[in-house]
Amino acid sequence: MAVLVNKDTKVICQGFTGAQGSFHSEQAIAYGTNMVGGVTPGKGGTTHLDLPVFDTVADAVEKVGADATSIYVPPPFAADAILEAIDAEIPLIVCITEGIPVLDMIKVKRALETSPCRLIGPNCPGVITPDECKIGIMPGHIHKRGIIGVVSRSGTLTYEAVAQTTVTGLGQTSCIGIGGDPVNGTNFVESLEMFVADDETQGIIMIGEIGGDAEVQGAEFIKSSGTKKPVVGFIAGKTAPPGRRMGHAGAVISGGKDTADHKIEALRSAGIHVADSPAELGTTMLTAMKG
Amino acid sequence: MNIHEYQAKGLLERFGVSVPRGHVAFTIEEAANAARELGGPVWVVKSQIHAGGRGAGKFKEDPNGGGGVRVVKSMEEVRANADAMLGATLVTKQTGPAGKEVRRIYIEEGCDIARELYLAMLLDRNTSRVTIVASTEGGMEIEEVAANTPEKIVRVSIDPATGISGFHARKVAFALGLEGRQVSAAVRLLMGMYQAFVELDASLVEVNPMVVTGGGDVLALDAKMNFDDSALFRHPDIEELRDETEEDPAELEAAAHELNYIKLDGSIGCMVNGAGLAMATMDIIKLYGSEPANFLDVGGSATTERVTTAFKIILSDDNVEGILVNIFGGIMRCDIIAEGVVAAAKEVSLAVPLVVRLEGTNVDLGKKIMAESGLPIISADNLADAAEKIVAAVKEAG
Repeated sequence: MAVLVNKDTKVICQGFTGAQGSFHSEQAIAYGTNMVGGVTPGKGGTTHLDLPVFDTVADAVEKVGADATSIYVPPPFAADAILEAIDAEIPLIVCITEGIPVLDMIKVKRALETSPCRLIGPNCPGVITPDECKIGIMPGHIHKRGIIGVVSRSGTLTYEAVAQTTVTGLGQTSCIGIGGDPVNGTNFVESLEMFVADDETQGIIMIGEIGGDAEVQGAEFIKSSGTKKPVVGFIAGKTAPPGRRMGHAGAVISGGKDTADHKIEALRSAGIHVADSPAELGTTMLTAMKG
Repeated sequence: MNIHEYQAKGLLERFGVSVPRGHVAFTIEEAANAARELGGPVWVVKSQIHAGGRGAGKFKEDPNGGGGVRVVKSMEEVRANADAMLGATLVTKQTGPAGKEVRRIYIEEGCDIARELYLAMLLDRNTSRVTIVASTEGGMEIEEVAANTPEKIVRVSIDPATGISGFHARKVAFALGLEGRQVSAAVRLLMGMYQAFVELDASLVEVNPMVVTGGGDVLALDAKMNFDDSALFRHPDIEELRDETEEDPAELEAAAHELNYIKLDGSIGCMVNGAGLAMATMDIIKLYGSEPANFLDVGGSATTERVTTAFKIILSDDNVEGILVNIFGGIMRCDIIAEGVVAAAKEVSLAVPLVVRLEGTNVDLGKKIMAESGLPIISADNLADAAEKIVAAVKEAG
């Protein structure tokens, strides 16, 4: 089953003919993703990577039935690209772009409220269902199809969780990078809901960091869901000083309730197995599954 | 990005926010001229640094003297206090014990304060909207008010589809107990503040205090503005307000090379790709008994040039006794990263222990390149192994 994407998902790329869009679309095709075309305004009617190029997302939806889009458009134009995808009512929008102005994302978030679309990201590695569909910049080869759902705010830390669950033989059902920005499309709660409901997923790893309280809400959801699936958590930024933005626009301690310690406490009280070390995500899950 | 109080007031005034008249001064003479132009009889001499708590702060040079904001009543006092502040180091709750040197001061006309109120606009991450936060407890730290008397805080969220409307502002004004023409004055201030927020891509506008004067005017007596770094590309005029003397030189140098560096107090330098993994690497160093010297995200491309710059920045911190490089290459090839690390280590004549953990494509080739480089690079197999090895190597070298 897995979540969000599978081998039948018809994927297009916005920013298709640009350097990033070309490189990652090639990688996606090589992984076996069902890419059906791309969008570059002004290049409609041409072909790129043996796939049709369209002027608009609406054209791509109409002509090739795209039901997911990956966005590699530079920050000044990325919100516009997401809004175009929302306008075309494409069900799944994955935005990889880092550095989109917050006020642009506030407008995007508002547009999502009244739309049937789901946005993953921005500032994220993307979404993958191993052996079926890869939308994003994650390295395909570290994944192995299995039973763990991974949801994370951090890109390379997701790879860490993936590599560790691959090595321990557990493998992954799907991995969702929700991104490191303060305003994003999909958060922990929605991602956890999907994994809890997915029959194939037998365990969940959630990786959070300082800033905001999305992890706390995720922990509350896990508690109230009553799920029997083991959940392993890690929160990055125990050693981060308050008031400093740690790379991600969203990773800044500003209140007192958004510290790593507070979040770890919230996860623990929801019955989540918190790994003290980022090197123990896989082994903590193995132990939790036996327990 | 942060700016000074006087700069924030200048920007807000453009959007119709009422502020007391004032002039910035870099010298005693400029301060005196500013005071003369304002006319008196009461002036406020305010230290301009990027930190709050200035009024209650103390100068290192004169710990028993006045704070960073002083009310004065004569030209002589303007001169004397400008002299005391310029070039002196102000220590406040937010500067840390090292304090910050005052390089500019703001001379402002005095103001007859009847009430002090709190007003701010910022992003509410829960609703993904700009939110007005207001309180009758002006002049106090809002975190303390929130903790002790949360009922005294009013929040009004603005729908981005409509932007601010008069009723939003009236709601705040009435909640603050304003009456008569104070209400329309506060509404004008709030509407201007919101316009400034959205048009300039601010991430925070804080007016603490907003004051009601004896005459019934409503003014921004203090102002703080922070800006969204991701939106600076469309605001070159805001970028020009940057005061580089307020920022860490190593962090500035890193930013010029598109590296994300934050100096910390420990002894193990870190170079990592990805912000989350960089934080996790700092955390695991602590878990293994040492302290990280910095946060450094090299981003997606660890080329020789970037790695060399990163090493130089890390080593500019005298506390660094060892370096841990942690790269989850992913699509990047480990052999290319390894070549970059080797070349960089040679170029900077690295003299402290270096542990490198690489993961991704061609990892074995990467390790081989480092092993055959003739440099004492310690290779690690995973994150835990890397942390353990760098902590041990530093202990041994020390």
